[in-house]
Amino acid sequence: MNQHLETKRRFFDKEKIKEKILPYIMVAPAMAFLLVFTFYPMVNLVYLSFFDYNLINPNKKFVGWRNYSDLFFLRKDFVVALKNTAVYTGAVVFFVILLALLLALWIRKDGKLNHFVQSCAFTPHLVAMLSCAMIWAWIMDANRYGLFNTVLSFFNLPPLRWLNSSTTAMLSVVIVSVWKSIGYYCLIIVSALKAIPAEIYEAAELDNTPKLRLFFRIILPLLSPQLFFLLVTITINSFRVFDTVRIMTEGGPGNATDVISFYIYRYAFRHFRIGYASAAGTILMLILMVLTAIYFKVLSKRIHYQ
Amino acid sequence: MHSESTWSPRLKQFAARLPGIIGKLLVAFIFVFPFYWMVITSFKPYIETIQFPPTLWPQNFTLDAYRSILGKMNLGIYVKNSIIISVSEIILQLVVMIPAAYAFARYNFVGKGLMFGMVLVALMIPVQVTFITVYLLMAKWKLLGTLLPQIIPFGTNAFGIFLLRQSFLQIPEEVIESAKLDNASELQIMTQIMLPMVKPTVITICMFSFIGRWNAYFWPLVMTDVERIRPLTIAIEKLKDVEYGINWNILMAGNVLLVAPILVVFFFASRKIMEAFAYRGVK
Repeated sequence: MNQHLETKRRFFDKEKIKEKILPYIMVAPAMAFLLVFTFYPMVNLVYLSFFDYNLINPNKKFVGWRNYSDLFFLRKDFVVALKNTAVYTGAVVFFVILLALLLALWIRKDGKLNHFVQSCAFTPHLVAMLSCAMIWAWIMDANRYGLFNTVLSFFNLPPLRWLNSSTTAMLSVVIVSVWKSIGYYCLIIVSALKAIPAEIYEAAELDNTPKLRLFFRIILPLLSPQLFFLLVTITINSFRVFDTVRIMTEGGPGNATDVISFYIYRYAFRHFRIGYASAAGTILMLILMVLTAIYFKVLSKRIHYQ
Repeated sequence: MHSESTWSPRLKQFAARLPGIIGKLLVAFIFVFPFYWMVITSFKPYIETIQFPPTLWPQNFTLDAYRSILGKMNLGIYVKNSIIISVSEIILQLVVMIPAAYAFARYNFVGKGLMFGMVLVALMIPVQVTFITVYLLMAKWKLLGTLLPQIIPFGTNAFGIFLLRQSFLQIPEEVIESAKLDNASELQIMTQIMLPMVKPTVITICMFSFIGRWNAYFWPLVMTDVERIRPLTIAIEKLKDVEYGINWNILMAGNVLLVAPILVVFFFASRKIMEAFAYRGVK
């Protein structure tokens, strides 16, 4: 009697279920890759950090917090790497934002020359860090025939040892990173500057507002969201610096340019101390999480008050 | 004095702008010169690279450095690997990303906020945090001798999903409504109506992926221990180890091979590429 109704209802349910399940099917592959290759590794890293575990002897031995106490108290090299990473990050963040901002203000207007300079400055961003590091290692060659040393000799200055001296090695690595990323961040600031309504400039011109005042009172506050985004991005990127250090200095001389990423890599793949390297990796992860949390907190506050 | 009075106003204007123009060209020079130096060094014989003062143009133009690379290694394998990795990465990411971004943009479902939050968190997690476990996984799955460890861990392009979702959201609702009136299925709406509308974003994402894979250094360094699966970056880095003392002409020649394809493309499409990158930065 109501067989017809029954099939109809079942049909509807099927449609409904299909509709409900469809989005999950669509995001499933993406979520699967994320779970296996990002989130499981994050959890597993913390787990491994409590074990004495190396690739040669696959028996894990639980050691509690020992890897962490070794990191911070027994071995002095991790704290050095941490400090170097902080110095590197501070220097890169400061110089990139300052120089990118100045350059952006200088070449923001549309025009052939400005576009040309923008393109030139942007070029290194597309090139492998490996190549940039090698080219600069060659330019900074410690021999007399190194390009920088040749320039110094033209001014009758003594040659520097650049990457081979613990006083200049970090500076050299910073120079390469700053050089590589200025163009990209300059581009972002230029597009942010273009988004500022032209009336603001016109009004300032009518009022004869001094340029410096216009910059600090109006332009800088308007740019602050973008600058904050850059600050966070550059900080996070700098904390994971690896390529330049590995190619240009191998963390040396001594451990003058040793950084966290290189430290993790070294202990995992040269000393095969997986547990210990995982503890160092966990510290890196925590630092990045705190930075990200600060970022989102400030971001949500800003949206809240707008 | 005399000449100043005869200067036309336009010339005067130009003279006033001259310091600025020179300054800007100097800035451009700082960013481009290292690449010039790379190319020039690669065409010098070894003996000329250690000569003081260095020459700004090769006195003895030679292809020795390139010949010696070809003699030392089977370059074809590395180029092939780099291309296979980059291209299959793009394909895998597109297959994973398009439906996910579409679902995040168009449907409401329980857990959507959490899942999208996971995508955002993944953006911040660097490979230096994940590589140990992924390496152990790949060893367990017996995949370390293959190209797969360089491809599948990046199957989900978190930034791509983020960007593409944004683009899908910008498509007006009326487009979808009118398609529905025409009895188009969900699949048809996605592939035949929505996807063509976000083509620029998709191309941009593919470009980012390609550059990222082509230039990758850390990941292949830890995931490859046999020659036949190594990409070009690792091969070029190894040029440094082979030598007793560094032959800069050979190293620079290797880097020219790595950098040239990207620089050539950039040379012809620089404005387009820069717009894409600026877009990525602001959003």
